[in-house]
Amino acid sequence: MSAATSPSYLDHLVQSWQKPSTSSWLDQLRANAMDSAGALRIPTTQDEEWRFTDISPLSQLPYPVAPTTFKIQLSDIKHYYLEEASCRLVFVDGQFVPEFSHIAHDAGAIIGNLSSLLPTHGDTIARYLGQLAEFKTDVFTALNTAFLRDSACIIIPMNKSVTTPIHLLFISRQTEVTSYPRCLLIAEAGSHATIIEDYITTEAASYVTNSVVEMNLADSAHINHTRVQRDNQQAFHIGNCTVSLAHASQYHSVSITLGASISRYNLNVILSGEGAECATDGLILISERQLADTHTFIDHAKPHGKSRQLHKCIVDGMAHGVFNGKIIVRPHAQLTDSAQLSRNLLLTNKARIDTKPQLEIFADDVKCAHGATVGQLDKEEIFYLKSRGLSDLAARNLLTYAFGGEVIDRIPISSLKRQLEEVVLARTQIS
Amino acid sequence: MINQNSKTLLEVRGLHANVNGIEILKGVDLTVKSGEIHAIMGLNGSGKSTFAKILAGHPAYEVTAGTIIFNDQNLFDLEPEERARAGVFLAFQYPIEIPGVANNQFLRLAYNTVQSQRGKEELDPLEFDDFVREKMKLLEMSPDFLDRSVNEGFSGGEKKRNEILQMALLEPKLAILDETDSGLDIDALRIVANGVNQLTNKDNATILVTHYQRLLDYIVPDYVHVMESGRIIKTSGKELAKELEAHGYDWINTDDRGNTAGVRP
Repeated sequence: MSAATSPSYLDHLVQSWQKPSTSSWLDQLRANAMDSAGALRIPTTQDEEWRFTDISPLSQLPYPVAPTTFKIQLSDIKHYYLEEASCRLVFVDGQFVPEFSHIAHDAGAIIGNLSSLLPTHGDTIARYLGQLAEFKTDVFTALNTAFLRDSACIIIPMNKSVTTPIHLLFISRQTEVTSYPRCLLIAEAGSHATIIEDYITTEAASYVTNSVVEMNLADSAHINHTRVQRDNQQAFHIGNCTVSLAHASQYHSVSITLGASISRYNLNVILSGEGAECATDGLILISERQLADTHTFIDHAKPHGKSRQLHKCIVDGMAHGVFNGKIIVRPHAQLTDSAQLSRNLLLTNKARIDTKPQLEIFADDVKCAHGATVGQLDKEEIFYLKSRGLSDLAARNLLTYAFGGEVIDRIPISSLKRQLEEVVLARTQIS
Repeated sequence: MINQNSKTLLEVRGLHANVNGIEILKGVDLTVKSGEIHAIMGLNGSGKSTFAKILAGHPAYEVTAGTIIFNDQNLFDLEPEERARAGVFLAFQYPIEIPGVANNQFLRLAYNTVQSQRGKEELDPLEFDDFVREKMKLLEMSPDFLDRSVNEGFSGGEKKRNEILQMALLEPKLAILDETDSGLDIDALRIVANGVNQLTNKDNATILVTHYQRLLDYIVPDYVHVMESGRIIKTSGKELAKELEAHGYDWINTDDRGNTAGVRP
C-alpha cells in the first residue's frame, strides 16, 4: 500500500527542489543530498527498522517547503520561553526569527543561525555540517539536507562552560507545509553546555517536521541535551540526531515525546573515543491514535565506554508506542559498561507497545545489562499506597504520574521540568 | 502492657486463607487488646507474613473461613485504604520503591488523606515539612530522605526507618511490623526499636512478626506466639522467645502442637 505511494511522495519533493545556483560547499552539500534522496525511497513496514511504524499516511502528504515566515505574536509563544535560558534561538517553520531570539553577549559561546555565522565561522561549519548526519542512507536526512536553508549553529570554545541553557525553539506555524529544522553543535575540548531542542506549534492542523541535529563532542566535552516534541496531534514528525563522542566526553540526553499523529525519533550516539559516556533517556507519552517511535543506536566503538539508558512509554487510548534500542559493542571496545532498560505502561487494553532492546556484543570483557517490561501498574505498588490510606484511584494516578515523572526528573532545567510535570499530570490523572 | 480492662482491638477467630489455591492459614486465633505488644514468631513458611498481609488487606490472599473484628468493625468489610484510615498499619517486610514520587509528596499525601478521613486538619507543604522533620528526628533520619524518591536507593535499614516514619505520621491503633528487624544492623535495629517504643501507648497495640528473638530484646512483648503450619501453636510471655532462641522451634513439645493457642490464656 505504502510502497505504491512512496515514489510519488519523493517525486513531488524532488521536483519541488530548486537546483542551487552557486557552487559553494553548502550548495554542493545540498545537491549531493538531493542526489541521495533521489536514489533512496521512503521506508515501509517491510523495512526491518520501520517494521512497527507505518508512515504511509505521511507519504501521502508531500507538503512543500514552508514559504517565508508567517508573522507570529509574542503572546503565542511567550509561555514556552524558559526563564533559565539566557540564549534562545527561535525558528518558525524552519526559518530563523531574530526578533524573538536572544543571544546573551556574555554567553561564552558562538551561537546563531547559519547565515549569520557563515561569514565569520564558515570554515568550521563547513568541516562539520552534514558530516555526522548520514544523508547517503537515510532518506529523511537526505531531504532535510537537500532543503537546508537555515540551521541553529552552536560552537562552544575550548574549556568554556556555558552555564545557562541554550534554548532552540522550533515553532510550526503554517499548515500543510514541511519544515526542515536543523542544528549543528560543535563542542570543543573540555567545553560544557546544556541544549534544549524544543518543538512546539501554534496551530491545530497538519504539517510535517523533518529535523536533523548533529552534535560533535571533542575530548572531555560535556553536553546535556533535552529534546521535547510537543507537536499537535495532526502533525508528522521525523527527527534524526547523531552524536559523536571523543575521548572522555559525556553526553546526557532526555527526549520527551508528547505530540504528533506519527512521530519517529532516531538517536545515534557513537562513542568514538576511549572512556566516553552517554545517558540517553526517553519518555513517550501518547494517547488516542498517536504513534510514536524512538529508535536509538549506541555504538561502543572504543574501550572503557559507558552508556546508560532508561526509556519509558505510557500509552493511552488506542495509541501505539515503539522503542528499539540497539547497542553495539565493537570488537576492541573492551571494558564497556552498558545498561539499558525499557519500561512500558499500557493504560488501556487497546493501547499497544512494541519494544526491542537489541544488544550486539563483539568484545569479550564487557558489562552489559538490558531489560524490558511491558505491563499495567504494579499491584504491589498499588497495595503499598492503599495500605497508607490512598484510594485506589489516587494510588493509580500517583503511580502513573510517577512512571513518567522518573524520566522528567532527569531534565536539568527546573522550569521545563515543571511545564512537563504539568503535562504528565494532566495526561495521567483520571478523576 | 497488659491491662485486662483494656478494649479489645483485634479479635481473630478460625482464620483460614489461601494463596494461589494453596491453604496457608489453617485456623488462626488471636486476641489483641489496646496497650499490648504481641510477637508472632515462627519459621519461614509458617504463615506469619501471610497473616500480617491479610490484616492489611493484601488482594493476593483469599480468606476462606473465619472472622476478624477490628475495633468493633468487621475487617473484611473494609478495603485496604479504609483499614489504613481506620487505624491498621502494616510496616512492610520489603517496602516498595516508587521512583518518580518524592518521599515528602508521598508522606504528605498519605498523612493528609488519613487526617481528612479522621476529620482532622490537613497540612500544607510548609507545615507538613516542619511536622515530618520533627518525626524524622525520632528515627535519626536525615531530611535528605524527603527529597528522594520513595524508598528508591534506600538501604535496607533506611527503608525500615521510612516505614516506621509512616507509622509515626499515621498514628495507627494497630501496627503490624512484618520482619521489621530483617536486614538491619544492630545500630539500625536499636534506632527502629526505639522509634517503635516511643510510638506505643496504652491506646494502641503492636504485632511484631519476626523470625528471631533479637528484636524482642529491644521491643519487649507482652505475649509471644509461635506459628507453625498456619496456626498459632503456642502462646506465652516474653520468656518464650528466649527459650526458642536457646532451643530452636523443635523444642516446642508435641503436646503443645495440639493445643488451642492464641486465645487469651
